[in-house]
Amino acid sequence: MTEFFMGLGLSYEWAWGIATICGILLIAFPLMLGVAMIIYADRKIWAAMALRKGPNVVGPLGLLQSFADGLKVFLQETIIPSAANKGLFLIAPIITFTVALMAWAVIPFNSGAVLANINVGLLYVLAISSLGVYGVVIAGWSSNSKYPFFSAMRASAQMISYEVSIGFILICVVLWAGTFNLNDIVKAQQSHVWIINGFVANPLLFPMWVMFLISGMAETARAPFDLTEAESELVAGYQTEYSSMAFALYWLGEYANVLLMCALNAVLFWGGYLPPLDIPVLYLVPGFVWLLLKILFFFFIFSWVKATVPRYRYDQLMRLGWKIFLPVSLLFVFLVSGYLMATGHFA
Amino acid sequence: MIQVFAFYLFATLCIFSGAVTILARNPVHSVLWLILAFFNAAGLMVLVGAEFIAMLLVIVYVGAVAVLFLFVVMMLDIDFAELRAGFVKNFPLGLALAVVLFVELFVGLIVRGAGSVALGKADGSAAQAADMSNIQAIGALLYSRYLFLFEAAGIVLLVAMIGAIVLTHRQRTDTRGQNVSKQNARRPEEATINLQPEVGKGVQI
Repeated sequence: MTEFFMGLGLSYEWAWGIATICGILLIAFPLMLGVAMIIYADRKIWAAMALRKGPNVVGPLGLLQSFADGLKVFLQETIIPSAANKGLFLIAPIITFTVALMAWAVIPFNSGAVLANINVGLLYVLAISSLGVYGVVIAGWSSNSKYPFFSAMRASAQMISYEVSIGFILICVVLWAGTFNLNDIVKAQQSHVWIINGFVANPLLFPMWVMFLISGMAETARAPFDLTEAESELVAGYQTEYSSMAFALYWLGEYANVLLMCALNAVLFWGGYLPPLDIPVLYLVPGFVWLLLKILFFFFIFSWVKATVPRYRYDQLMRLGWKIFLPVSLLFVFLVSGYLMATGHFA
Repeated sequence: MIQVFAFYLFATLCIFSGAVTILARNPVHSVLWLILAFFNAAGLMVLVGAEFIAMLLVIVYVGAVAVLFLFVVMMLDIDFAELRAGFVKNFPLGLALAVVLFVELFVGLIVRGAGSVALGKADGSAAQAADMSNIQAIGALLYSRYLFLFEAAGIVLLVAMIGAIVLTHRQRTDTRGQNVSKQNARRPEEATINLQPEVGKGVQI
């Protein structure tokens, strides 16, 4: 896009700046629209699994429900508890929301169609996702209230625990792809096993994908790992004291994070913007469409799990993270690197 | 142009947040300013092309170390009077530390004026700029030239980790934990019995 603006007679620096801002808007606006629709989809799927109808009043089939909710929340009064730490109380939802958008900068939507094509793309994603905990922790502390504080404690312990195993899972992917650049990782998956595009068809990496999916649910605090907002114990967790737009920012940020996890599943294990099979006809469909279909597929899995699986107890959550996922993912780092060394992959 | 702007933005914010870290009254605010300082330092690293170090800084310090800091500090019961008393008591020590740091900075500046330290090879020639990405260059160095130092650092960390676990580990006998594998191994046949007792008679299990 930089070349297009340079063609209009701008210097390189200005063209680059304008192109980047346009790129950010091109990602952020559809993402916000997507989040609104995905909240609707989540409620519909959840309702269908419980034999209910779900939202069906606002607009045709209830399609405009999220926008109605958004408008309602927008018109509400922002209440700040008198004992709260005002500055931090307001910054916390902004952090959550911003961080949820930031990681999308390195997701490749098509071959080369990525806002920031950086060499350390995967590390960037890891770095940004580790920031997500701050929004929750700061909210819990600054609310100056009992239940949000418990929730903040839970959130920080939970996210650190699952980040460790996610790190090892990503190392397996990086070893096989030989790069941290997400665009190149997608390219490395082309006809990985026979004509299947994607690391998931690889017997050594398939268990890693399953663990990544589960860790992703824990990392985004989705059911069955939604202990941070367990309503039976903690009222509404860290969101208890929030109202109006501050609350909506958490809501949006949470779903943007879930979509990001779905996109990462697609990009790292299911071939991203590549079609599922390496057949020339399938490449006629734009890569963006394939990526979108994969994201929606994973979101369906997330919703399905939310609708059917009961919530974990806290000690069970910690046990799964530290006693099962950590050793198994470490074992697979050995297996994958050993296999790659034995077959001369690095030669 | 834009690089210069970015450099001064990151540098100013880094120094400012570093200063506020030690000036803030509230320890939680201190930690948050410290996080901002880390973040801006990472930005400076990106500007000089050390993107790998920048990402590590964010992942390790911001993502893990500072979270643990915050975790501890949040649970403190802050007593400002006591904090101020501590300030007077520890003032000489802090002053001594500040003097040492200032002298080091000063010496560093003078030495810097005599020319920067050239990164060179063992035979005295200047090192070539690596024709590969950051991660590859660091990996190639760590696993070849500095292999033993790298392994030694790993062993030190391992010992520290085991030491921390040994120091904090305690076997509790007064609680009954859940044994998941035992639960999973339990089958319905051995856990339940199906009886049809006569009316008026109890059941002996």
